[in-house]
Amino acid sequence: MIGGLFIYNHKGEVLISRVYRDDIGRNAVDAFRVNVIHARQQVRSPVTNIARTSFFHVKRSNIWLAAVTKQNVNAAMVFEFLYKMCDVMTAYFGKISEENIKNNFVLIYELLDEILDFGYPQNSETGALKTFITQQGIKGQTKEEQSQITSQVTGQIGWRREGIKYRRNELFLDVLESVNLLMSPQGQVLSAHVSGRVVMKSYLSGMPECKFGMNDKIVIDKQGKGGTTEDTGKSSGKQSIAIDDCTFHQCVRLSKFDSERSISFIPPDGEYELMRYRTTKDIILPFRVIPLVREVGRTKLEVKVVIKSNFKPSLLAQKIEVRIPTPLNTSGVQVICMKGKAKYKASENAIVWKIKRMAGMKESQISAEIELLPTNDKKKWARPPISMNFEVPFAPSGLKVRYLKVFESKLNYSDHDVIKWVRYIGRSGIYETRC
Amino acid sequence: MQEWANQLCENRQFGSKMTDSKYFTTTKKGEIFELKAELNSDKKEKKKEAVKKVIASMTVGKDVSALFPDVVNCMQTDNLELKKLVYLYLMNYAKSQPDMAIMAVNTFVKDCEDLNPLIRALAVRTMGCIRVDKITEYLCEPLRKCLKDEDPYVRKTAAVCVAKLHDINAQLVEDQGFLDTLKDLISDSNPMVVANAVAALSEIAESHPNSNLLDLNPQTINKLLTALNECTEWGQIFILDCLANYSPRDDRESQSICERVTPRLSHANSAVVLSAVKVLMKFMEMLPKDLDYYGTLLKKLAPPLVTLLSAEPELQYVALRNINLIVQRRPEILKHEMKVFFVKYNDPIYVKLEKLDIMIRLASQANIAQVLAELKEYATEVDVDFVRKAVRAIGRCAIKVEQSAERCVSTLLDLIQTKVNYVVQEAIVVIKDIFRKYPNKYESVIATLCEHLESLDEPEARAAMIWIVGEYAERIDNADELLESFLEGFHDESTQVQLQLLTAIVKLFLKKPTETQELVQQVLSLATQDSDNPDLRDRGYIYWRLLSTDPVAAKEVVLAEKPLISEETDLIEPTLLEELICHIGTLASVYHKPPSAFVEGSRGVQHKRLTSSAGSGESVESPDTGSAAVSEAPPTVIPSQGDLLGDLLNLDLTPPTSTGPPPAAAPGMQLGAMDLLGGGLDSLMGDESEPPPIPLRTDTPQSPQPPHQSPSPPDYSPTELGGDIGGSPAMGAGFGAPPAAMPASFNAPISGGLDDLFDLGGGGGMTMGTYIPPKTVWLPAMKAKGLEISGTFVRRSGVIQMEMTLNNKAMSVMSDFAIQFNRNSFGLAPAGPLQILTPISPNQSIEAALPLSTVGPVMKMEPLNNLQVAVKNNIDVFYFSCQYPISMLFLEDGKMERQVFLATWKDIPNENESQFQIKDCHLNSDAASNKLQGSNIFTIAKRTVEGQDMLYQSMKLTNGIWVLAELRVQAGNPNYT
Repeated sequence: MIGGLFIYNHKGEVLISRVYRDDIGRNAVDAFRVNVIHARQQVRSPVTNIARTSFFHVKRSNIWLAAVTKQNVNAAMVFEFLYKMCDVMTAYFGKISEENIKNNFVLIYELLDEILDFGYPQNSETGALKTFITQQGIKGQTKEEQSQITSQVTGQIGWRREGIKYRRNELFLDVLESVNLLMSPQGQVLSAHVSGRVVMKSYLSGMPECKFGMNDKIVIDKQGKGGTTEDTGKSSGKQSIAIDDCTFHQCVRLSKFDSERSISFIPPDGEYELMRYRTTKDIILPFRVIPLVREVGRTKLEVKVVIKSNFKPSLLAQKIEVRIPTPLNTSGVQVICMKGKAKYKASENAIVWKIKRMAGMKESQISAEIELLPTNDKKKWARPPISMNFEVPFAPSGLKVRYLKVFESKLNYSDHDVIKWVRYIGRSGIYETRC
Repeated sequence: MQEWANQLCENRQFGSKMTDSKYFTTTKKGEIFELKAELNSDKKEKKKEAVKKVIASMTVGKDVSALFPDVVNCMQTDNLELKKLVYLYLMNYAKSQPDMAIMAVNTFVKDCEDLNPLIRALAVRTMGCIRVDKITEYLCEPLRKCLKDEDPYVRKTAAVCVAKLHDINAQLVEDQGFLDTLKDLISDSNPMVVANAVAALSEIAESHPNSNLLDLNPQTINKLLTALNECTEWGQIFILDCLANYSPRDDRESQSICERVTPRLSHANSAVVLSAVKVLMKFMEMLPKDLDYYGTLLKKLAPPLVTLLSAEPELQYVALRNINLIVQRRPEILKHEMKVFFVKYNDPIYVKLEKLDIMIRLASQANIAQVLAELKEYATEVDVDFVRKAVRAIGRCAIKVEQSAERCVSTLLDLIQTKVNYVVQEAIVVIKDIFRKYPNKYESVIATLCEHLESLDEPEARAAMIWIVGEYAERIDNADELLESFLEGFHDESTQVQLQLLTAIVKLFLKKPTETQELVQQVLSLATQDSDNPDLRDRGYIYWRLLSTDPVAAKEVVLAEKPLISEETDLIEPTLLEELICHIGTLASVYHKPPSAFVEGSRGVQHKRLTSSAGSGESVESPDTGSAAVSEAPPTVIPSQGDLLGDLLNLDLTPPTSTGPPPAAAPGMQLGAMDLLGGGLDSLMGDESEPPPIPLRTDTPQSPQPPHQSPSPPDYSPTELGGDIGGSPAMGAGFGAPPAAMPASFNAPISGGLDDLFDLGGGGGMTMGTYIPPKTVWLPAMKAKGLEISGTFVRRSGVIQMEMTLNNKAMSVMSDFAIQFNRNSFGLAPAGPLQILTPISPNQSIEAALPLSTVGPVMKMEPLNNLQVAVKNNIDVFYFSCQYPISMLFLEDGKMERQVFLATWKDIPNENESQFQIKDCHLNSDAASNKLQGSNIFTIAKRTVEGQDMLYQSMKLTNGIWVLAELRVQAGNPNYT
């Protein structure tokens, strides 16, 4: 199991050091600094073995978090724990920075004591932790409160406490998708997938039981079979989407999903990620990039890039940015674009073309002349792909929320009384076209 | 300082702005002294601030142990925050101040009784972290109480504390009976308590590999599976990791566990997913492959593995390292998912390199075009290591997928044209391998390669190029010039290049002797006289002598045809792979090394293996099968003649100890029973993927044959043999003349054979018929690139057959089988070609029967019934040897006329006679004769003398030798002549 946990600043100074196991000595702290943080070479692996001691590290801005062990631990668990640790710290004091860590070191030690016991991760849900790890001390608790805390921390519903009350029962659902594309210069889709998340903000009283439904092909097909023929006609076709795989927040009853494919859960209070999913079929690619690069002699490049938007004309895409890489020996660039603003950024070796808004089924174009310095560098320019950023108000996977039902038997509010909001945002992930 | 503290309090009141960071900046002299004063202050707030400063100093590595008593004094407080800080300090320094630490004990004990469960838990948690012997003594009582606390939070903390205590003093934990309490917690109503108890028990069990601590049985498994649905993500990992160590009783149980584990594949926590994958991969081994569920399970595994690739890069790395193992073990899972392993421009380098590895493993004819297009892109990237690996990958694709070879070669040539130095060098290294895989196909590119000769500066590339020039010297006009140019700086080259250059020039000389005599002399003298490298000198001398004594022989040696290189390179060795599959998700699977390679001490060093079906490995060990452990002995080495005799003589005196049966009246019987369980089951499970353990036999010379068919008659024991059966003139000349005498060495095999026959005779309800020894492994998979052959010999209606089970444990399909025998004592030879019509796909096994004739060339073997076999397939040629039971050579017409028998019996010269005894054989003469007749040993006559039955028997061997025998049956003392 995890033998120790260290947090360093960018210089390699220790900010937090907590040792859980006897086999980890103080010298481990230095070993990591010398061999990883101060190493001359770029990090080649997130797991390093130095003198039979294994170091797992993740970096958040310029802070290094390292877990140390001498045993054959579950590596996936250690990384998951480090991420969780970051989440918990962020939930408590915001951004993970040297200053924030120094300011909250007592709190961090307290947290580390709670969420990691003898190297075994314990309950690390912030919702539960915040009920008893506060910086005010927990003097004023009644006995009932204490036992409520402990049963929540260890209980089956560790992510929600009892007795939550809201005057207005409200929930927000965000379907956030990032669409990834790799396209060949000829316009052939080399790979495309959508990784999506359903993020929920719930402000519901009591211990509500929720049921979430979407246009999952398997569910729709199943229902279609059971229902009338009319239904089948309606539900098949473009209405449903094939989900390759999905994962759920630990509040979702997985065995129920496995057997019935229904998503039921008691949600944590506040914001959390209900599910993640991935689709690869029938993806709506919001933009198509058509590059044309021509080398004119050894000192000039002509680049023309056309982008086409491919969605309903009534919808508007926002924050569009096209990044056209330029060779390292670029000396000057002249750009002409029909829409938006384009600039050559020498520090980034790219022409950045920004368009604020663009409706569906439109087309825009940029042309640039790139002057090159003659070099005797034999190495050819690698021609990195043209990448794009954008945001669209629909889900490129085609996912639709069909319902989210709320049942709370003990309190007197029904599904109808809950105010529900649903929003779809499609963003570009790695959206690249080779040129 | 006071001012500063006030300021701090003010800040507190304002809330958000905190100033803990100031603790890090105090570096004044006399600091310790000041702190001491503050710690003893009356004001609570000031005390707390002081302790915080102490902790901050501790963090940065300053020694603040001098403050121990002062800090411990602050422990008695009802301020939980302060208490926690003091505890933190204690955990760090208690070891250095054991006597002082005792001062804290009272507070701990008191806190363990506190009304607040959080404080009780805190106390027991902290106490476990204080590694001072005197304190651990005081810990026992509070711990016992906490393990049975009414509050689950306290119980779950206490469960981990047992593991802590065990780490400090294992004996104490056992003496105090904490292990039993911990076991009880597995049935706790709270899922988190269960999870922590499982984690603690698993850890303790690891340091006692043989204990039955984690007594996993269907009931506990059921409890764990129930808790699995309810506990935290971390608890689920503990439980899944523990489940992976369980061996289900049968396929039904493993299926039901798999069914309950699969929902975990949708968990958001990657570690839960990977641990679930581990359980499924392990238990899948036990499922019959034709089961529908098996296919369903395979399909269910792919999507979650792909999803892992959208996790954070560090987890992707862990996932990819594991996928690399999974793909080697079960390529079918991800064969359609090639695209997800395409490298993204901004992947971290460690992710890129791992993806590349998996791409090559998944490359097949179906997707090769895509893969090559990708690899070509990668070869133009920036990172040198990555580019090199991509170029190398192109070469590996060419070797793996024959259809793509041409395209790969042209891609490599394109890359060479880029003239990027390291790309060119890498390309040349792989082209060399392509030449070796497809000789006489792509040599047209040599001219292009030669153009880049000067730019090569890395030894590996230079050596590869020199090899190419030497190998194809006859096609390169200026080969001598090229090689000569290398020779100039001979002494500055690395050994690799020097050796290659030496060989290449010798090759050149053998091909074009007239023009290159001078060159070869030059290189030989450079290698032999001017070099201090022994390898180089030796190779130089060998060539020199070869060339000077026999140029023709030299040509045969140096220009010999090279064996083809295999398709798959750098596969993990199958046994290691099996072990690593059992460690999916852990560090071992990240390093691709067994835990023993990087874990110190005994912990976690025990080797895990995949268990397939019941009957092999661990399951035999379970006590209810009633047999002692069958250790996984390596395939037994066939003992030499001397040892055989030694074994024979020693038999009765030294019952075997290695396999452990007690030296009772019938040691052989017990061994037999065990063999039956071990060997018998193994051969029944011919298609399992693990080499079945071969029981080490010490009671008969034919160690690879577990001969006992039935353990049922308790008073029966195998034959004891004591002497020669009769000398014989040379075997080769053995014809007609009955009774031909046998060479002394015949004793061993024939006695073994008879031994077998008698075992058969003992079998109560056995049907009559030829005795068929159970199949044994002749060729273990490890020695034959994944091909495992087990088999036996049978005589069926007058035809000797070799029955074999061929099992493919490699990753690739095997085909083109052929078989050949070496010359042997009885002229055994295949009567026809080996009939294996379909290629054997990975993990498939095929039964094959090969009829044998006895008209092949004869050569006396040691032992006599030894048979050396060569099996060829599309991968390689493998050799093994096996022994056949002599009884299969007994002919059906071995019944001698009574008169002839009498006459020949009398003619047997004394020196050809031998006697030995079969002890403890309680079988009446008729039964024995019937049994023996089943194996073509015919009773000619029977008479009764002094209460003893005398059986006169004859048998005829395939080469015409007659063997006559007299069997005297007297309870417990049959005598054979």
